[in-house]
Amino acid sequence: MVVFRELVKTDFQLRYQGSFLGMLWSVVKPLMLFAVMYVVFVRFLKFTDGTPTFPISLLCGTCLWNFFSESTSMGMRAIVDRGDLLRKIHFPNYIIVASTTMGSMISLSINLLVVIAFGFFAHAHYTWRILLVPFNILQLYIIALGFALLLGTLYVYFRDVAHIWEVVLQALFYATPIIYPISMITKNPEFAWAAKIIMLNPSTQVIMDVRHNLLSPEYVPTVWTMIHNPLINVLPYLASIILLWIGVAVFRKNSAKFAEVL
Amino acid sequence: MVANEMTQAEAERPVVLKIDHVAKSFRLPTEQATGLKMAFLNWTKGIKGYTEQKVLKDINFEVHQGDFFGIVGRNGSGKSTLLKIISQIYVPEKGSVMVNGKLVPFIELGVGFNPELTGRENVYLNGALLGFSRDEIDAMYDDIVEFAELEEFMDQKLKNYSSGMQVRLAFSVAIKAQGDILVLDEVLAVGDEAFQRKCDNFFAEIKKDPTKTVILVTHSMDAVKRYCNKAILIKDGEIIASGDKNDVADRYTLENLKRENSKDSADQNTEKLDVYPEGLNKEVPILRINPVSPTVAQSSSDFIFEIEYMYGHNDGYIAISLNDIKRGGIPYDSGPDTFKVPQGHHIVRFSMPLHLFNDGEYKVFCTLRRLTLSDSEKTEMIAFTNNSNSLIFAIRDSKNTNNYALINDRSMSVSLVETMQV
Repeated sequence: MVVFRELVKTDFQLRYQGSFLGMLWSVVKPLMLFAVMYVVFVRFLKFTDGTPTFPISLLCGTCLWNFFSESTSMGMRAIVDRGDLLRKIHFPNYIIVASTTMGSMISLSINLLVVIAFGFFAHAHYTWRILLVPFNILQLYIIALGFALLLGTLYVYFRDVAHIWEVVLQALFYATPIIYPISMITKNPEFAWAAKIIMLNPSTQVIMDVRHNLLSPEYVPTVWTMIHNPLINVLPYLASIILLWIGVAVFRKNSAKFAEVL
Repeated sequence: MVANEMTQAEAERPVVLKIDHVAKSFRLPTEQATGLKMAFLNWTKGIKGYTEQKVLKDINFEVHQGDFFGIVGRNGSGKSTLLKIISQIYVPEKGSVMVNGKLVPFIELGVGFNPELTGRENVYLNGALLGFSRDEIDAMYDDIVEFAELEEFMDQKLKNYSSGMQVRLAFSVAIKAQGDILVLDEVLAVGDEAFQRKCDNFFAEIKKDPTKTVILVTHSMDAVKRYCNKAILIKDGEIIASGDKNDVADRYTLENLKRENSKDSADQNTEKLDVYPEGLNKEVPILRINPVSPTVAQSSSDFIFEIEYMYGHNDGYIAISLNDIKRGGIPYDSGPDTFKVPQGHHIVRFSMPLHLFNDGEYKVFCTLRRLTLSDSEKTEMIAFTNNSNSLIFAIRDSKNTNNYALINDRSMSVSLVETMQV
């Protein structure tokens, strides 16, 4: 536990080491990314469902996706990058992965505060549902940690995983309604069936859930508003837990050998 | 009697580390196999892609509380692997490791030190990695800083430290860490003289503390003899000597000599052709010295050795010299025409008294000489034993206490005659 705290602290301290704005980058970077996306997709390409919350929803989605892609790719490299430690000191090595993903989580928390602040000017509708957001965030962390543990283990043996994951991340990004509204798909009669499948992907479901609960229960649809079968709706939640379970199992089975393989 | 008491006292002290039938082997990849492509190709071809190397075979030993335990062995004997297994960085393939108490490993100094953090932050990070809680580090922090003599630098970034300061800080963390069992690798033996002295004092101090246990891996027999009370010698993944530190240290010396001597015989086998090794020639194709006595000898016994030679004339002499390897110099030379030897292929046996000498490593080498044609009073050398044909032996005797000088104090002592006022 002490190791975990020290590592999280160190990682976070070093993250913006040597930059002028330091910690401010946690706030500035997603805002700048948001600005680019807003101009390109909303203004030029008209990727909007016309709801007043779409811009803030886009910002929120960007932050959530940032967390997901950062924590999984950094978590994947964490074991190898900290190989020098593993070869010389004995300590539970899942801490390395956990601390890296936790570092991204701290960034996300800061980002979300920015999102909430912006929400007041951007028509966000805050309701009691905000209380559900922490649980959604927990689910998001579970998914990210599950992927990070699984990928981290694979990466020790096969460095190819890094390239594969990059591609997969890109695909997942486009499969998640962040830069475009899900209504673009549901309104297209040819692909209406695909919208439901997209929503069942845990990483999509959780991002939609956060935006639904945090910003506007009226305008952002979720699995629950699109599919009316509770048995199917629990699938993404179940998948998240199974993913973490697989990640932990694979990691634990191999973690004793990391020091030798590296 | 004394030995009995010792074992009794030992039995009372609890076992803090027990290594039970530990074995370990590594897979050495024959080709670079860290990629999906190679893994897939190997799998389809049914190639394993690695060779198995047994690094440790069935290691057993116990360390009691308060021991200063030495692990010695040549390079590649498996010492470091054993150390990593003790520190639980590697998992043993077979057998088990039982640790009782807080084990603090120092395979390397300053693990996890980050140049971008301040000295203080690094101490806390390092301490946390070694398994200490924040309170425990708080408690030892002042000690660490004081020992490192870096009070005014603790809030500076580590990258602004000189390398000496970094080593000092790392070492201070290592020795002030309040663990029950310290595992130290060779790495501690680096540093300048003042640093070495600090190591020295620390070891001497910790040796007296009955609650601290130290496991030291080293090449230095001096260190083993000075600090350790028990030791093991590892060769090719097996313990070949264990127990008393002096026995182990002597055995280690013997192993090193053996290797040098066996290298010689390997050399001889390859030299069957017309080319004679250094020192030999067509006239004297064979001249070598072989031990009869054990090559680790005591001062009290005489050292017996044989010289084998082949020479076609009847005018040969053998001259023997003794070289002190450690201190340098030639303590003895037989003179050029002391031993006249007959022609042909012979073995001559010699005996050399050793009671004069202190512990050390010695080399016996000889020359084959004949009378010069011009002057029958003088001899000229026609062959000599090169490095591989000479004989190396060591003296190890418990009666030799101060091994600094060549001649021991039983054989020679200077007496004070008179003190005069000036």
